[in-house]
Amino acid sequence: MIATQLGATHLQFLLQGALWTVVLSAIALVGGGLLGFLVALCRVSGSRAVRLASGAYVQVVQGTPLLVIMFLVFFGLPPLGLNVSPLAAASASLILYVSAYMGEIWRGCIESVPKPQWEAAECLAMSRTQRMFHVVLPQAVRIATPPTVGFLVQIIKNTSLASVVGFVELARAGQIINNSLFEPFLVYLIIALLYFAMCYPLSRWSRRLERRTGFARRQQVVSP
Amino acid sequence: MNLRLDFGVVLERWPLFLDGAWMTLQLAVLATLFGFALGALCAVGRRSGPPWLAKLCGGYVEAIRNTPLLVQIFLVYFGLASLGFSLSAFTVAALALTINVGAYTTEIMRAGFDSIPRGQLEAGECLGLSQRQVYWHVLLLPAMERVYPALTSQFVLLMLASSVTSQISAEELTAVANYIQSDTYRAFESYITVALFYLALSFVMRLGFWGLGLVLFPRRRRLGTPL
Repeated sequence: MIATQLGATHLQFLLQGALWTVVLSAIALVGGGLLGFLVALCRVSGSRAVRLASGAYVQVVQGTPLLVIMFLVFFGLPPLGLNVSPLAAASASLILYVSAYMGEIWRGCIESVPKPQWEAAECLAMSRTQRMFHVVLPQAVRIATPPTVGFLVQIIKNTSLASVVGFVELARAGQIINNSLFEPFLVYLIIALLYFAMCYPLSRWSRRLERRTGFARRQQVVSP
Repeated sequence: MNLRLDFGVVLERWPLFLDGAWMTLQLAVLATLFGFALGALCAVGRRSGPPWLAKLCGGYVEAIRNTPLLVQIFLVYFGLASLGFSLSAFTVAALALTINVGAYTTEIMRAGFDSIPRGQLEAGECLGLSQRQVYWHVLLLPAMERVYPALTSQFVLLMLASSVTSQISAEELTAVANYIQSDTYRAFESYITVALFYLALSFVMRLGFWGLGLVLFPRRRRLGTPL
């Protein structure tokens, strides 16, 4: 009975939605990553004003729900004379959102590079920029890999909110199909499974990376 | 095209905003309390329960952490409806948020358990503490003290995430903003106002958790540092 209702066309439509979820996640990751990198650098900057300003940016974005940011961009900008497509609105909001969280994650990673590394680089007469790019960042990247992969899961899940501005990704595709079939439980279960199939491997990967780096670090401090 | 901002028509509907904020706060507090209880139980079950219970708790955590909250809310909403339960949007929202934050709490508590060195548990046994005393005084409470900051920021995130429940017409802050913007055609002003409400709420919650931390963990207060 179900098979006659939920056909191959529906599944194809859902998979197409899943593809857009992946595209949107990629946009958010690249755009948010670039902006987040800038935020992280500003957060550890030598200038107090830059640190404060970037800190305020992070606080404001992290204190606002992504859903409200989406609504603000999609419904709030057109009356002010700026027309945005659903894809542009979703991408812009996700980039803002991701940059604040990524920036904060990466700041933690930069700060967890041991202090003597900074001092040694300073003793070698490196400039601040050289210290950052030749000594600290290469080490921070290694620390940052597991949490970044973990955050990728958050990005994929949060793209589901793009459905509220009418962008047809996986969750919206599910809503559309449900409107014609009215089998909500079944449809949303399939959607959940598709999200799970995207996120679970990443979660596993992140945990494996974490265990590996964590193990290496624990080995150093183990007492006899 | 009218480029002027007009907060007046939006702000004169302030009682609606207050109602919405109150509902958001209620959702956050309910989900935090029940979610914490659920998460703590699952974390204990995962660590020391029989294998089937540990597997069940692990499966629950993975299932929730790898699917979007929006889809979970729809599943609970329509799932309960198709089972014949007709609950209010508020109840469904609180239930879905509880299930969601319970999984995150489980994972955070597990990290706390893992951070307690084995030697401490053995030392507790050597001092003649019973199994249950070791569990409570050496494992559970110190673990909670360590993960308290992570837990509280998860609960603040939960409050922000409760905005998603506007999609099943729970009348919290975001739903209020949707209503006001359709009423006044002042979308930008409505959403900015509601964003400020959320900022204020998250500030209030952080302040509350900070104060609660001082009361709950006197050692932390005396030393000024976590364990």
